[in-house]
Amino acid sequence: MQHTIIALVEDKPGVLNRIVSLFRRRNYNIKSLAVGPCETPGVSRLTIVTDENDSIRQNLVCNNLLKLINVIEVEDVTNVPTVIRENVLIKVQVNAQNREELKNIAKERNARIVDEGERSMILEVTESVGKIQATIDVLRPYGILEIVRSGKIAITRGDDRPEIKNGVAGRGTESSRATEQVNNYLY
Amino acid sequence: MGKEKRELTGAEIFWECLIREGVEVIFGYPGGYTLPIYDALTKYQDKVRHVLTRHEQGATHMADGFARASGKVGVAMATSGPGATNMITGLATAMMDSSPIVCITGQVPTNVIGTDAFQETDITGATLPVTKHSYLVSDIRDLAHSIREAFYIARTGRPGPVLIDIPKDVQNAKTEFVYPTSPIVLPGYHPPRRATGEQVSRALEMINEAKRPVILAGHGVLISGTANQIRELAEKGNIPVATTLLGIGSIPDQHPLNLGMMGMHGKAQANHAVQNADLLIACGMRFDDRVIGKVSTYSPKSKKIHIDIDAVELNKNIKVDLAINADLAVVLRQIIPGVRVRKHAHWTRKIKEWIKDADRRDILNKKTDVLIGAQVINKIWEGTEGKAVVVSDVGQNQMIEAQYYGHDEPHTHITSGGLGTMGFGLPAAIGTSFAVKDREIWVVVGDGGIQMTISELATAVQENANIKIAIINNGYLGMVRQWQQLFYNARYVETPIYSPDFVKVAEAYRMPGYRVDKIEDIIPTMRKAQAHQGPVLIEFVVEKHDTVYPMVPAGEPLHEMVRRPHVPSDAKEN
Repeated sequence: MQHTIIALVEDKPGVLNRIVSLFRRRNYNIKSLAVGPCETPGVSRLTIVTDENDSIRQNLVCNNLLKLINVIEVEDVTNVPTVIRENVLIKVQVNAQNREELKNIAKERNARIVDEGERSMILEVTESVGKIQATIDVLRPYGILEIVRSGKIAITRGDDRPEIKNGVAGRGTESSRATEQVNNYLY
Repeated sequence: MGKEKRELTGAEIFWECLIREGVEVIFGYPGGYTLPIYDALTKYQDKVRHVLTRHEQGATHMADGFARASGKVGVAMATSGPGATNMITGLATAMMDSSPIVCITGQVPTNVIGTDAFQETDITGATLPVTKHSYLVSDIRDLAHSIREAFYIARTGRPGPVLIDIPKDVQNAKTEFVYPTSPIVLPGYHPPRRATGEQVSRALEMINEAKRPVILAGHGVLISGTANQIRELAEKGNIPVATTLLGIGSIPDQHPLNLGMMGMHGKAQANHAVQNADLLIACGMRFDDRVIGKVSTYSPKSKKIHIDIDAVELNKNIKVDLAINADLAVVLRQIIPGVRVRKHAHWTRKIKEWIKDADRRDILNKKTDVLIGAQVINKIWEGTEGKAVVVSDVGQNQMIEAQYYGHDEPHTHITSGGLGTMGFGLPAAIGTSFAVKDREIWVVVGDGGIQMTISELATAVQENANIKIAIINNGYLGMVRQWQQLFYNARYVETPIYSPDFVKVAEAYRMPGYRVDKIEDIIPTMRKAQAHQGPVLIEFVVEKHDTVYPMVPAGEPLHEMVRRPHVPSDAKEN
């Protein structure tokens, strides 16, 4: 089963390496990974899709991610109502006979034609993953030259920002702020 | 908010920051890419003592030993490339055992990073899995706050090692030194504090209803300084305490509720208690595979409460009924007032039976012509009145130390638990000697382990470290030999090990050295060693084929221990 994790991380050099390295250490496969700025300056938002079946291991990876100093918030949104989209660019072969036919397919499939060449055109589709796959299947007989996908991006549904605590849902313990006075000595 | 302003080099800023962190001793080895830092040391030598080690691994273990003994952050320094890579074992050791150390490495200048320059290694990359956090300081303006954050991260939450990599040009650059006094802001780092009210009442319900409870005390008890609270909890509820290897010292050895160490080489009564308990209260421990044996048969009848500051440890190896991610010191304060006074008479009686059986099998009862490792440790315990800080290495020597040296106080037992780093003992004890001045420090090490970091004998003599080194020499890599004996049909492949004449080695390093092979010579030799202010080496020649019992074979159920047979006719009680 695929899991979708959202992570907010500090936008600093080496942070992505720390995250990816964690998945390698725990022998998890990353199916897709999308990174970009979010609504807060200095913070990057990641959507990570893994194919981990074991829920304990899955929970472990979330906690391990949170343990990284530069990771601010983590949420596993696999079982949360979420809008998940992926952007894909498909370069497909075209000739004089089927050009109109392909344009119709694009229209039907909600795909934009972003480039038209003599023997190819590029379609852009932003859809749920299932619909993207269906479009690719329809286009395949025409001859697909190239496909590039952005990886999934996810956002939870509803008016509020999802309650992403510094911790996995339900743990509900208080956190000390880093500003709290901390004794110089451990004991 | 007061700020001080001066123009300083990166190297000077480095020392200024260390002094502000309260660092008084640093263990290191200079090299090409730390030269500016060493040159600047001349201005700070009255405030910081630098200990020249013989190997960078030794420096990290010294910092680690210092940290474990003092509760302060230990600091080690090495140059780039090989100096830095030599630190990796020490970092991994500290990481596994939650030891707060800060390791500084020099780095090639920023303009040649990534060009395979002389002595260049991507050390922040290489140490990623074995550090709690790391910094590559590529701009002098980041230096002061990086050092400050590094110390803060190392000592707070679940402590651990932090590495700071400083390129040579950053050490030479100059900037106005503004020591940051504002609070450290790390948006992704908030060590947890309290348990929720709901968690406290559930925990109390479970504790007060239990008939066969056991407290499992781990290293977290020592780190959080809660040994007294654990004792209070145990005494109030009449709950026996089993410790992990690193939890030794959580409860006085002779305390009637102390079950001793649990796990692979744990005391039989501790393992039986865990397996028969109806409640485990796991405090600051991580259900390591050496502690639990076979997962599916682990403590099958018990409900489990797990309190740990690291959320990753909860429900990782053992699924628990109540996971509390919080600071143990705070949780115990929350819980103890609600614990009911109990007797648990039936449970206590059962435990006494197990203890009686274990006593009958005790190797100390055996009369032999050759020395037995356990007898040596027992005598060292006797000769130090159980008051020494004992730093053990790894292997049989470590296990018999844990079994036979009765530690009564926290931080008097230092060993590499999680990583099991052979060669840890000697340098860690040297580090300890900078933290502990009012107690004897003994090293218990095998003939194999001592040879891994034997070069640090020079450091011990150079610093006149007041440590007594007990080499338990059985001519074998004993623990591996034991596994070969039990699981590989006694084929002792590459485990007999040749050693030098250790007494002559000691003399060559200009320290006293003795050899002991009779039980009656142990105490008199110890007295000579104790009378000498400075390092002393004693080689104990012991039985070659002694085995550490009990033993739970890896992956077997905890109660299926391989036991030492009852000691026959010459046993004490007869």
